[in-house]
Amino acid sequence: MTSNLASVVSARDLGLTFQTSDGPVTALTGVNLDVKKGDFVSFIGPSGCGKTTFLRVIADLEKPTSGSITVNGTTPEDARKNRSYGYVFQAAALYPWRTIEKNIALPLEIMGYSKAEQEQRIARTLELVNLAGFGKKFPWQLSGGMQQRASIARALAFDADLLLMDEPFGALDEIVRDHLNEQLLELWDRTNKTICFVTHSIPEAVYLSTKIVVMSPRPGRVTDVIESTLPRERPLDIRESPEFLEIASRVRDGLRAGHSYDE
Amino acid sequence: MTMRDKVFPVLTIVLILIAIWYVAAIYLNAPFERDTAGRAGTTITFSEIVPKTMFQERPVLPAPHQVIAEIWDTTFNKPVTSKRSLVYHAWITLSATLVGFGIGTVLGILLAVGIVHNRAMDRSLMPWVIASQTIPILAIAPMIIVVLNAIGIAGLLPKALISTYLSFFPIVVGMVKGLRSPEQIQLDLMHTYYASPAQTFWKLRWPASMPYLFTSLKVAIAISLVGAIVGELPTGAVAGLGARLLAGSYYGQTVQIWSALFMAAALAAVLVAIVGTAHTAVLKRMGVKP
Repeated sequence: MTSNLASVVSARDLGLTFQTSDGPVTALTGVNLDVKKGDFVSFIGPSGCGKTTFLRVIADLEKPTSGSITVNGTTPEDARKNRSYGYVFQAAALYPWRTIEKNIALPLEIMGYSKAEQEQRIARTLELVNLAGFGKKFPWQLSGGMQQRASIARALAFDADLLLMDEPFGALDEIVRDHLNEQLLELWDRTNKTICFVTHSIPEAVYLSTKIVVMSPRPGRVTDVIESTLPRERPLDIRESPEFLEIASRVRDGLRAGHSYDE
Repeated sequence: MTMRDKVFPVLTIVLILIAIWYVAAIYLNAPFERDTAGRAGTTITFSEIVPKTMFQERPVLPAPHQVIAEIWDTTFNKPVTSKRSLVYHAWITLSATLVGFGIGTVLGILLAVGIVHNRAMDRSLMPWVIASQTIPILAIAPMIIVVLNAIGIAGLLPKALISTYLSFFPIVVGMVKGLRSPEQIQLDLMHTYYASPAQTFWKLRWPASMPYLFTSLKVAIAISLVGAIVGELPTGAVAGLGARLLAGSYYGQTVQIWSALFMAAALAAVLVAIVGTAHTAVLKRMGVKP
């Protein structure tokens, strides 16, 4: 498969079935997807559609039960061992006994970066997420939005080209969320990372992505893949443009189609 | 204001308890005075009995001031190396308590680490840890002393081991819970970093378990003291607070018993307070929200 070389993530007929006490539950079935380098891919769908599960498979937090997947041209396990991705969870998951800069230092300590290198990377990533000056604070002293930004800084601190984000702004209010979306786009533009982003907000998915993967539940599968025609440069008010609304309506149609049969 | 809020209720209760104690002392010590008067063929009025119940040599219940006087006398008026010094006896018990507490803490933590990291240990060890505490310590203490004596271990260590026997338990239970307290998301994070088990332990499980450890330590230090005192009872020990209690009960020296009891309680309070201070200091360093 030559396409694998250009793909950061490549899934072929991927399936995952959980064995539960109520019998097998199919979380994912027949997923085919390619994520190219530099893509910003959003996964959108109702809860139970397997979008988080798919992200966890990429991160080697879950093992697929059928099909194949490569991450950076290797198995997810090897990709994890190569520390080739940063993962941002739904909650900030900062360690409460570490200051913000010590939290950002956590992966660096584990991966054996030198003290000087750690300090330099902490300063750089704090700058990147607009948290310069907050390094010495403990997590509880920061707002929810700032905590989530710190957790993004932590995922950016080491040299991973792939950023996996599982509804990172889901628990935040609309205004903070808009602001963070704007910052995230800017960051993606500056760092040239590949981002896989799980969300259940249509505007968020359309605003951020170069590619939108629409998923539907029972069993979790991909129903539509939409390539965005929006330019790379995206001011917030692009969300009122006809082009934006057209993509949004296509996403909505995709979600509805996935849902209709079980109603 | 806050000081007054704290001190006032405590002081009120102390005063009420002392009042109850005096009433009880009069009530419990009065029969002896009536018997004495009866044997002498005289009658005695209640107002004559009351002052006498305050100063008996071997009262059923010594009055508070008798106990305080005894503690004062045996603490400050005797050289600390004297067998009559309460400080001397307290130190004997304290040293066994601290050694037992130290061993119990290390043992408890090691067992908890094993239980958390090893499924077989979790299944096989935990029931025994719990079973160990269902055996009355008074029953097992003489056995431990006798067995250890037979293999040539005497003195401080057997008593300390009884303290250990009691104190390792809250440490194991607390630390198993503490080491398992990290959330799945925090563990997943370590997994994504490909962290080694040792890194996950030292950077996540160990710091996360600190509040649990200190809560356990507070319980453990108090029962270590109980263990050391119990360890002194069946051996006919000549020194230590337990020996003071035992000797006091042999000779009906209730004032001595009560002063040993109060010394033990004061010792426990100081030890728990020290652990509590360490607890606060560690949590403050770990940035816990005040």
